[in-house]
Amino acid sequence: MTANYPALIVIIPLAVAVITPVLGRISIVLAQLSAAAALLVAFISSLGALQHALAEGSWHYYFGGWAPPWGIEYVIDPLSGGLATLVSFIGLLVLIYAVPHLATKPARENTYFYTLYLLCVAGLLGMVVTGDVFNLYVFLEISSLAAYALIAFGGSRATVAGYRYLLIGTAAACLYLLGIGYLYALTGSLNMADLAELLPAVDAPTALVIATVLIVIGLGIKMALFPLHGWLPDAYSSAPAPVTGFIAAVMAKVSAYAIYRICFFVLKDTGTAIIALNMVGWMAAAGIIFGSIMAIAQNDLWRMLAYSSVAQMCYIALGVALGNTYGIYGALLHILNHAVTKGCLFLIAGSIAWKTGIRDITQFAKMCRKMPWTMAVFVVAALSMIGLPPTAGFFSKMYLVMGSVEAGAWGYVAVLVASSLLTAIYFFRVIEYAYLHQPAQGEAVKLEQENSVMARRWELPASMLMPIILLGIGVLTLGVLSEKIIADVIQFALPWGMP
Amino acid sequence: MTTEFFLANRPLWAVLISLVAAIVILANDRRHNIREAATLLAAVGKFAIILSMMPAVLAGQIIETTPLTLAPGIALHLRADACGLVFALLSSFLWIATSVYNIGYMRALKYGHETGYYACFAVALSSAIGIALSANLLTLFIFYEILTLATYPLVFHARTKEAIDGGHKYLVYTLAAGQLLLVAIIWTMIVAPGAGFTAGGFLAGKAPVAVLQVLFVLFVLGFGVKAAVMPLHDWLPTAMVAPTPVSALLHAVAVVKAGAFGFVRVAGFVFGPALIKDIGMGPLLAWLASITIIVASLRALSEDGLKRRLAYSTVGQLSYVVLGTAIASPLAFLGAIFHIVAHAFMKITLFFCAGAIYATTHKENVSEMKGIGRQMPLTMAAFTIGSIAIVGTPFWVGFVSKWNLGFGALQAGQPVFIAILVLSALLTTGYFFPIVYTAYFGSSEKELSYHEAKPSLLYPLLITAAVSFILGISPNFGLNFYDLAIQAVNSVFAASSGLSGGGL
Repeated sequence: MTANYPALIVIIPLAVAVITPVLGRISIVLAQLSAAAALLVAFISSLGALQHALAEGSWHYYFGGWAPPWGIEYVIDPLSGGLATLVSFIGLLVLIYAVPHLATKPARENTYFYTLYLLCVAGLLGMVVTGDVFNLYVFLEISSLAAYALIAFGGSRATVAGYRYLLIGTAAACLYLLGIGYLYALTGSLNMADLAELLPAVDAPTALVIATVLIVIGLGIKMALFPLHGWLPDAYSSAPAPVTGFIAAVMAKVSAYAIYRICFFVLKDTGTAIIALNMVGWMAAAGIIFGSIMAIAQNDLWRMLAYSSVAQMCYIALGVALGNTYGIYGALLHILNHAVTKGCLFLIAGSIAWKTGIRDITQFAKMCRKMPWTMAVFVVAALSMIGLPPTAGFFSKMYLVMGSVEAGAWGYVAVLVASSLLTAIYFFRVIEYAYLHQPAQGEAVKLEQENSVMARRWELPASMLMPIILLGIGVLTLGVLSEKIIADVIQFALPWGMP
Repeated sequence: MTTEFFLANRPLWAVLISLVAAIVILANDRRHNIREAATLLAAVGKFAIILSMMPAVLAGQIIETTPLTLAPGIALHLRADACGLVFALLSSFLWIATSVYNIGYMRALKYGHETGYYACFAVALSSAIGIALSANLLTLFIFYEILTLATYPLVFHARTKEAIDGGHKYLVYTLAAGQLLLVAIIWTMIVAPGAGFTAGGFLAGKAPVAVLQVLFVLFVLGFGVKAAVMPLHDWLPTAMVAPTPVSALLHAVAVVKAGAFGFVRVAGFVFGPALIKDIGMGPLLAWLASITIIVASLRALSEDGLKRRLAYSTVGQLSYVVLGTAIASPLAFLGAIFHIVAHAFMKITLFFCAGAIYATTHKENVSEMKGIGRQMPLTMAAFTIGSIAIVGTPFWVGFVSKWNLGFGALQAGQPVFIAILVLSALLTTGYFFPIVYTAYFGSSEKELSYHEAKPSLLYPLLITAAVSFILGISPNFGLNFYDLAIQAVNSVFAASSGLSGGGL
């Protein structure tokens, strides 16, 4: 079984997704357990494959024994292995978190949810582990189609947001498909490693530039790179909490990974990637400021977090665009840190809405008393978003600033500094409402009564609170261990560190 | 092996002990005695650990530990050297006094939310010791930012509108400065990869002069906010809405001195005195500090709120330290380091007195304090001692540092700064002695009877007042502050300073 880890990462969630409608007919608990088991297998396989890749170098797995460029190849290197571990881990946590959310929904909806959720996770895992640009497109569509439907679970507004995302996302996927169509026409190959060898010899600069632009824009839309982020705030803020928690944590990041993979591993020797990345850099810098300012303007916590995601995704893009060692360290570390932090924050926002029905920050008075543990984790995660030590967010931001200083990109340094301060404004605003503001008179009395009733009870069901606390601990641990993560995994994920 | 492990990692334990205490405090929300016992135990334990390192450091040894790697080539590096030990000994010693005072003060005034208060206090002390013992810039920065975060809840502690606004202002100033400091530190890390604090500096020749000048300005802005160098000082008077123990230990010792200590580290251990002279930034900073000293003293004259007056006095006094590092001659440097100690004892006494008066009589304005010397004679005696010392009267602790600063200015051939010192001393007299006069000779409408502050408030302030006197006569008394400062200066100036131990 260990010999087939790369295949298991994708196949198990996919297969279980297919049989979940049947299992759901028998029993919802069975569907839940099988989904959790599938993601656990995916997580263990990812971890095993990652360890293998770290110990013995990249693992090239030929599907069905067909060697590339004819067959499909899965590549587990430290980069894809690490990201697959992250995706499956967050997927598993959010699945556990989702159970109380779905308890009130009819069984049929439950079944659909688990099916689509597994498809979405499987699609993202496939995008990460594949070594084939067309296969990446297929998995992109699998995950996206599942995500459109998952978002629409959130009710009437969510249907519109999901539909809008469907239109924009489909256009994005088409652009990407066109882009790889060009590459295929130029080289006759779809395998990444093969393309990387063939492309430098191709003498068709215009076609190559068009291909690059199409691919970067297509994936840029999926990763919500400013100004292509239009779908994100509505989608994130109207989807059900577990869905938002999952897609905000990892979905856009997988597209960011795809941009990095294609620019640095496929197009690396062609020269067009540099131009595209330069453009991405400035889009990212503008997006960081735009996202932060828009986040300040929001009163709805979910929309605030969504705009914050726009800004934070641009951090990752900025690091990739810098293209030097520190910049890429920062970007890859931020993929991990932001996934954990933002996932945590959206789960918290979802819990607050689930428990109290409040999404508006201005009604957060005394939230620290209603949900003390949740709010404590919120503070830790907020510090990480701002980038204050000793949380995880500080270290990724530090590497980004190091990369910018080394590259002499003072504009980026200014943007990163300004962004920290803007982020501090909107997160401390929430913290102040939750900890310092006094509720209106009648509210206060009601609160006292509620407090006396639930004095000795946990604020949330364990299956919701535990993922939140686990991610909160993760935010601190990732900060303390950031250098270890870089030394053990990320430094082997650099394009020039590849065997 | 275990004893060795313990001994070798003492700088780490010194930092961690109050973090552990913070957790214990948070876990004992309803059990007040356990909570406050944890604070006291941590304070005593922290001081004992730091004190135990003193003999070794005086003998020229350096105790260091690198428990963690922060970035490629940069560790979380804690090291007890003479310079850091001065600040660490000072903060941890005063934390004991403040802990006793804290318990008395918070029980008298019943603010509420005290669990968080004690926990934040403990974390703030952890980070202050972390700053003192940091051996490189990144380690220092991490503790510096934690200090900001831990003290923010202490500023808004009263949860009134004024307090929340004060907290806002504090955050805006310190977070913005923190970001500039981060840029400066990262830039230094790129220019001189992997360098830790090196006595005499490590930046010489590493980058063009223009880059070094920009770096220096960034460092000044970064540390200048906490050290309250004008025009970056405005948060400090506003932060006086915090409970008095916070103003006393944090806004007169730990937080603001972290900024001043940052200047000492940057001037002596990053740039080095010679390089500061070469890039021509010394006079600029010295004049900035001089203007701060004079303007802050003038502002203090017109403040009626006692704590606000003390705050402006702090602004001025902190710039003595900055001035010493900017003049950058051996004696000026010695004056700067010793003034961190001297000002701490004097100002904490004055703040303790202000708090004792407030907790006992609920008076916070100077104009209300007529005749209070008859009502609270011991408290006002301590206040008078603090005032005499801070003016710089000979045989009191403030004199030792100012004397060295003045001679340092001569040594550097810049006697003009002596005039600043003298002018400032006059102004200081101008804003402290009227308080003393009002307290003793002002006639109040009501007959005032003897009503001294309660013991938990009174003893700490009597002790710090006594120390302000003893250190003036014997600067080495007990904790060897003067020898440690001399040792630090000798290391920075590579023993060419011609200073030897012993003091006056």
